[in-house]
Parts: sequence; structure tokens; C-alpha cells
Amino acid sequence: MRFMLLFSRQGKLRLQKWYMATLMQIVLARKPKMCSFLEWRDLKIVYKRYASLYFCCAIEEQDNELITLEVIHRFVELLDKYFGSVCELDIIFNFEKAYFILDEFLMGGEIQDTSKKSVLKAIEQSDLLQESNHSGIILFSH
Amino acid sequence: MPAVSKGDGMRGLAVFISDIRNCKSKEAEIKRINKELANIRSKFKGDKLLFIFLLGHDIDFGHMEAVNLLSSNKYTEKQIGYLFISVLVNSNSELIRLINNAIKNDLSSRNPTFMCLALHCIANVGSREMAEAFASEIPRILVAGDTMDSVKQSAALCLLRLYKTSPDLVLMGEWTSRVVHLLNDQHMGVVTAAISLITCLSQKNPMSSRPCVFSLQIVSSASTDLQDYTYYFVPAPWLSCKLLRLLQCRLVECLETILNKAQEPPKSKKVQHSNAKNAILFEAISLIIHYDSEPNLLVRACNQLGQFLQHRETNLRYLALESMCTLASSEFSHEAVKTHIETVINALKTERDVSVRQRAADLLYAMCDRSNAKQIVAEMLSYLETADYSIREEMVLKVAILAEKYAVDYSWYVDTILNLIRIAGDYVSEEVWYRVIQIVINRDDVQGYAAKTVFEALQAPACHENMVKVGGYILGEFGNLIAGDPRSSPLVQFNLLHSKFHLCSVPTRALLLSAYIKFINLFPETKVTIQEVLRCDSQIRNSDVELQQRAVEYLKLSSIASTDVLATVLEEMPPFPERESSILAKLKKKKGPGAVSVTELDDSKREAGELNGGGERAAETASTPSPSADLLGIRSSAPMSAAPAAAGSLLVDVFSEVGPAAPAAAAAAVNNDVNPILLFLVTFKLALSLSRFVCKNNGVLFENQLLQIGIKSEYRQNLGRMYLFYGNKTSVQFASFSTTRLCSLTLCPQLNVQSKPVEPLVEGGAQIQQVLNIECLTDFSDAPLLNIKFRYGGALQNLTLKLPVTINKFFQPTEMASQDFFQRWKQLSQPQQEAQKIFKANHGMDTEVIKAKLLGLGSALLDNVDPNPENYVCAGVIQTKGQQVGCLLRLEPNAQAQMYRLTLRCSKESVSKRLCELLSEQF
Repeated sequence: MRFMLLFSRQGKLRLQKWYMATLMQIVLARKPKMCSFLEWRDLKIVYKRYASLYFCCAIEEQDNELITLEVIHRFVELLDKYFGSVCELDIIFNFEKAYFILDEFLMGGEIQDTSKKSVLKAIEQSDLLQESNHSGIILFSH
Repeated sequence: MPAVSKGDGMRGLAVFISDIRNCKSKEAEIKRINKELANIRSKFKGDKLLFIFLLGHDIDFGHMEAVNLLSSNKYTEKQIGYLFISVLVNSNSELIRLINNAIKNDLSSRNPTFMCLALHCIANVGSREMAEAFASEIPRILVAGDTMDSVKQSAALCLLRLYKTSPDLVLMGEWTSRVVHLLNDQHMGVVTAAISLITCLSQKNPMSSRPCVFSLQIVSSASTDLQDYTYYFVPAPWLSCKLLRLLQCRLVECLETILNKAQEPPKSKKVQHSNAKNAILFEAISLIIHYDSEPNLLVRACNQLGQFLQHRETNLRYLALESMCTLASSEFSHEAVKTHIETVINALKTERDVSVRQRAADLLYAMCDRSNAKQIVAEMLSYLETADYSIREEMVLKVAILAEKYAVDYSWYVDTILNLIRIAGDYVSEEVWYRVIQIVINRDDVQGYAAKTVFEALQAPACHENMVKVGGYILGEFGNLIAGDPRSSPLVQFNLLHSKFHLCSVPTRALLLSAYIKFINLFPETKVTIQEVLRCDSQIRNSDVELQQRAVEYLKLSSIASTDVLATVLEEMPPFPERESSILAKLKKKKGPGAVSVTELDDSKREAGELNGGGERAAETASTPSPSADLLGIRSSAPMSAAPAAAGSLLVDVFSEVGPAAPAAAAAAVNNDVNPILLFLVTFKLALSLSRFVCKNNGVLFENQLLQIGIKSEYRQNLGRMYLFYGNKTSVQFASFSTTRLCSLTLCPQLNVQSKPVEPLVEGGAQIQQVLNIECLTDFSDAPLLNIKFRYGGALQNLTLKLPVTINKFFQPTEMASQDFFQRWKQLSQPQQEAQKIFKANHGMDTEVIKAKLLGLGSALLDNVDPNPENYVCAGVIQTKGQQVGCLLRLEPNAQAQMYRLTLRCSKESVSKRLCELLSEQF
């Protein structure tokens, strides 16, 4: 996988991984019943809309489209499990968490672990670590 | 904006995000961001900076602070630092050295959380500098026994990223085998992460695929519960996909290895050695063909087989020919196979074993295309002369198919088929000679050549009977094209044909008799000679009833019918409806290794389309024609033996079109049963035509000596009712009187015609009535047919008429003023909505007659619309079940030139066209 983008129906970028792309407009212009796959430059785009958010992956020619669609779904499930009925606002306000979850799930464009339990366990662990750091998120002070 | 309180950074971020979201305009957002940037400059906030970056604003500061965070011992600080760096920091940033240092520390920290953060960062940045720094370290972490599973997963994918960006720096050699064993890991997460790495590595590094197959077995067997790794009841779908992909790559590798090995010198002279090796090779090649997606492998396979074609071992030559046959059908290897044509032709000529020759013939057939068809067909023809009896029929079919399929030049096609008949006449099935006649009749550019060639072929002292059939048929149709030459004058042609007569079987003789009667029409000077022949006892008293009947009837016809009637009856055959060649089906039935593939069949359908000079495909193409129907272009109600039907067809088609005497006469009677008696009984009052009923609804539709059919019809909206009156003009009863409506396949969904059966008996002088209910579903161009059958004095009478149902019958007149008319006229301005025809007046240009006709058409005739009072304009709406089609008409007469210009504009293109056709025949 070359990149993954999350953007809203208004065309606002919510999450990006690996590459910035001008792809949003192409995907937004597509009608609901259209196919989830499209060719874009030398890549294949796999996208899916969840409520107001588009999840969009770019994969290479020999990659499997259907399984990529399920990569997206598994990622949404992970977000959902973590945030509890995830909505766009969760991703806006906790974008760094979304990144951490994505990192645990995908790495360098390849699947690291597909188990919901394993991924969420890793995130929970890092949350625990965070809470033990009382300094909150003021990261640097002069 | 609330002040950002120290020590509550998380809330600070949330507040900031809310503020941004509340910004009403881009300016407000920029203002808020600049304010925050100033704030962050004084107190570094990595998270907020990131958010600003994601909004699409450039962040050109804070990088150093983020790098410093990496060295923090606090998890949150380290985490945000890594996130910042992997999203914001350019891979060639000068900070990379500092970053690398921090990563190095974390990698060796033995703290799995820190190690994972570091590995994620490497994978996300993936720069060359990072590869240089860590390419040797990561494999060690990956395979170390004490590494935690989560770290292993990250390490595997991190390594993959580096391998992709800088393959030269990742030296896997010694690690590969240990990495492969990650597939055996108990933890499915590790297997999932490792498979991506292994798939990539396997492209360059030889490795065992056993763990891969093993894992696939685990994953695909339903017995194992994969717990968390089961996704919606599918066990580890991602892993399965990856494993299968890996096996595909491995398969290609294996096949390549096998092809490579075939090139190595043999390790033993024993035949067992080479057999065993080649057994594997052929299996591999058949897998390559089956796989049919690797052009490289297919071409290599073809080259390997090419070597075997000249091997001294017959077995290998045989197998190579056989395998190449399948290779020829792959688009990737077709060209490669063609390069071996000379070798294959040589094999066909010189192989001692008939089964090898058979394979060579199959291969030639399979590799044939437009570029080499002439050569291959010529070789196959010359082989036919000496071919084994067992394969001759199949060879004949193949030659016939190739000749037709790849004919560009039809004289070549005719030559080929005639040669085929000459060389292997006994093996030429009916389908083959039917086909050549069909093609000659459908292509007028080849008819003269065909006549000349058959004439020459018939000169041979011993002529195959099939040649006589083709000769009889073609000379009967097109003998006139060569009659100018004294060497092939009409009498010479006739004498030549008749010299074969006594040597032929009954069906051929029947065909020749039909050819003779056609001669009488083509060449009146032969009439006396031919009548004499028909009159002689051996014909008119022939013990075969068919021959006798023909002789009697033809003799009678030639003596009582006028020249015009003869010309009409014996007119040239109209083109056959285009159909798929039945030869292919026949070859397919024969099966065998060289049988035709489905694609070839499709191919030939397409090519057959070209062959018959385009035109609309006959509606009934879809149904499988019986062999005789295929040639005849008629659908016989009862199956009959092919030959007499073929002969009869010479006469049949005169009814399907009407000769020059009645140009538009469309009340075409098609005689389905081949009974020449009808020729006398169905007289030729065919001038009664469809076009006569365009502007009127009542009248006599058909009349002959036996039967008169009157018609009365009324229409409203899209519905119509037609009364048919069948009058028996004789004093004898008509028995088994029945009518059948025939709608072509195109017409069926357009027009719905219902009727009740009629009385089966019509007494002499009596009249019976039939009512047809008609519903127009959508616009149409064909006319429905009515088939009428009855027995008159024992002879079955059969005729088919076109019913005068035309689209204009469903007109509703529309009155409108001049202004409206021209406004609508302009609205229908697309070029395809308009149909126009300029034509010569066929009748007087009397105003009242024209007006009456236009009124009869069904539309409203509008006065005072056209500025030129000479012109006529009409408006109306055609009512169909599905839609209403608005139609405007303008007829401009030019009395001086005796011409009309007719223009139609309709909201539907097909209606404009059809109305224009119909109307232009009316004036």
C-alpha cells in the first residue's frame, strides 16, 4: 500500500499517511453506487465512505482490492472499538490516537497485525504509559 | 479565546481545535493559527503544530524541539516526538543524524515500547540515511530469540520498507532462511507481518516455499480456530491473500527453473533420463499454458517446443506439436508459434507416422491467421491428395473453414473450395458446398469468376458429383455472366451440364432440372433444346416421382408462362440471410484434439458477418438451423432431406421478391413447401403491395385464381383492428384452411398481433372472416407476415403475405397554427431527427390526389402554414404504448421538374426514417 487518506465530505483532510495526494476531488466527485476501485496514475485507489468520512487507500497494481477494502474496514473497527462509536469529531480531536492505531495496524504500507485485540492492547498500553506521565502533553518548556 | 493554561496541554489542544472549527472564514482560521503559532514559538506544542500542519499550513519551525523530545524518557513526549518527525520531517532533513542517534538508543534500549516507536519511525521515514544506519541492525532484532512478538512484527515491516527503498543496503543472504521460518511462528500477528516481508524477499532470494504452503494449509483449513484472526468468519483473509500471492510468484520461479534446466546438457545418455526430465518439462509447459498469464514463460515454452519439433525422437516431436496447438491459442504465444510454420509444414509432408502428421495438421489449423492463411491452406490442400482416409473429412472441414474465415479475396475462396471438391469430393459434406453457394450468391463481385471457374472444372472428364451440384447451381444462377464467350455459350453450358446428368444421383438430377428451367429464363435460345430434354421419356416418365414431377411442371411452365412471368418466377436468388457457418459446428462435433475452441467460433461469427457483406443479421440466426435450412435461407416447417430442398430453393425465392414488373410489390408470397405445382396456382398478381395500403385502410390485399383476400382496418390511438376476408374463388372446397401470424424477432416486441383461428373449411364460392387485434408497443419498420395454408384438391397451398400494418396507422392528427408549427419544427433540429428524400413523381401531381393521400396518412394537413401555398405541411402524433412521437411533415412539389422534396422531422429518429421511406413511394 502506498498511502492512506481520510478526508471529510467537505474535502478536509483528516488523516494522511505517507503521501499527500490531490486525489480527494476525484473520489468526492464519484456517486454513491460507483465501484470502490479506480485507477489513478499508476496506482489503484480503493476507497470507502463511512458516514461523512472517506477512507482512501492507494495500492499497487498487483495488490488485492477486496482485501484492501477490508483493511479499511478493520481500521474503522479498530477506531470504533477504541473510541466507542467513532465519529469524525473523535478523529479530529484525537488525530494522534488515530495515527497510533494506524501505526499498530499498518506499517510501511503493510499489515502488521490484523487482530483487534493485539492492536488495541498496544494502544491501551501506550495510554497507560501516558497517564503515568503526569506532565500531560506540555512537551517542552523554556 | 481562553488562555492556554500551563499543565493542561491536552485541554489546550482540544480548545484550539474547537476554535479552529468555529472559524467562519479562511481569514479567521489563518488569524487564529498565526496567534497559536506565536504561542507555540514561545512554548513548544508538538501536537498543536501537527494539527496546524494537517490543516494544510506550512510548519517551518519546531523540528529541533521535536528531535529533542525523542531523547525524553517520558513515553508521551517520545511518542509525540516520533509522530511529529514521521509526519513532518523530510527524509533528507539535516536533522536526520540527530534523529538516527535517538533511534539507535531506543533500538538498543530493550524496552519493547520504545523499540516499536523507533521501528515505526524508521518505517515511516524510510530514508536512505536510515537504511544505512539500521539495515544491519534490524534483521538481528527480527530473528533474535528473545525479541517480543510485537517488536518482531514491527521489525519485519520496518525491514521491508528499507528493503524496498534501498535494496542494496539490506543484505539478507544469511538471514533469509531464518526469516522464512517466521511463517511457522505460533503468533499469527508475527506471521501476518512476516508474510509481506517474505513475499518481497522471495523475488530476489531463493527460499523454500514449504512454510508458505504449510501456513496456507493452516489458514485455509476450517478445523483450526484462529480466534482474533478470524474476520467475519473468514480465517485470516489478509494472510491468505498474501500467502496465495507468494505462491504465485514462487510458481513462476519454479516454472522458470524447469525451463532453464531443459537447456542444460543431459547428465546421462539413457532415455530414462531424458524422458523423466521431459515429462516434468511438458507438465510445466501445460501448467504455463493453463496459467496463460505470463507472456515471457509462454514464449519460452514455445521456443523450447520449437527445439523439440526437430528432435530425432518421434515421441518428442509428437508431444511438441500437440502442446504447441494449445500455445497457438494464447494471445501471448500465437506469434511465437507462427515462426515454426516451415517446420510444421515439413512435418506434415515428411513424417512417417500418420498420427504425427495429424498433429501437424491440427497445429497448422491452430496457427492459421490472415497473414499465413494462403500458405497454410495451400499446404493442407496438397496434403489432402495423399492424406490418410481417416483424417480426410476433418481436413476438408478445416480447409473450408480457414478458406472462409480468412478470405480477403473471394476468387481465392472459390478456387480453394472447388479444389477441395476436386481433390476430395467424397469427403466434402453438404455443409461445405452449401456454404460456397451461399457466399457466391451473397457477393456479386465473385459471381462471374465463380461461373467461369465451375465451367472450367466441369470440363474434366471425371467430375465429382459435388462439383456437378455446385456447377449446376452456379451456372443456373450466373451462367449469363460467361455466356458472352463463344466457348461457354448457353448451349455449350447446357450440354456440359447435361453430359453429367446420367452419371448423377437423383437429388443432383433434381437440382440440374431446376438449373435447366433457369436456363430457359436466362437464355431463351436454349428453350427448345431444354424442352426437348424435359419432354423425353426418361424425364417425363421417370420412375422417380420427384424427377417426374419436376420435368412435367417445368415443361408446362416453360410453355405456358409469358416471358415476364418466367422472369419473375426464375429471378436470380436474393442474398441469403447472414448466418453462422454450420461447418464450424460440424467440426466441433468431431471433437478431437484439433477441435475448434469457443473463441474461434465467436471469431468466425464475426468474420462471417464481413463475409456476407454486412447487412442486418437475420433475426432467426440465434436458432440452430438444420443443415438444409442453413443454405436455403428458409425455415422448412417439416424436416426434409437436404438435397431436394436445395433444388427446390431455386424456385422458392422468386416469391420473396417481386420482379421488375411490380417493383414495390411487397405482398410477397413465400412458398415454404417445395412444391412446384404452386407455380401455376399462385399467380403473380403481386402488384398489390404494402405501399398501396399506406394511405388507405380497405381494399383487396391479394388475389389469385383460387383465393381473394380482402382487408378492412381501423385504428385508434395505439390500437388497431383488421378484418381479413378470405374468399374461395373456385367451386371446390378448401380444406385444412389455417393462418399463422409470423412476426420477426425484431417486430415481436414492437407490435402485438392477436387473432382467433379461422374455420378450417372454406366452401367453394364462400368467404370467411378473420379479425386481427393489433397493438403498437413501440415504433417499428417491419410488417407482420401472415402465412396461409390450405388444401385445394389434395395439393397443399401455402403462401405468406405481408400485412399492411405500417407505423403511420397509429397517427393522431394535430392541428396547429403556422407559428406553432415552425417553432416545433425548429425544436426538432438535430440532424438525426430529420429525414429527407428528393424523388421523381411517379403519378400525376394533382393537388386533390396529393391532399387525399396526405389525409389518408393519418396526420393533420395544415393550411396556411407554409409561406409557399404550393407546399403541404402536416402534423401528428404517433401513438405507441410506450411513448408518443411527434411528427412534422413538409412536402414540396416542383411541378416543372416533376419532383418532390419530402422532409420529416420527428422526435424519434427511427420514425422519421420509416415515414420518409413509406411516403416517398406514394407520390
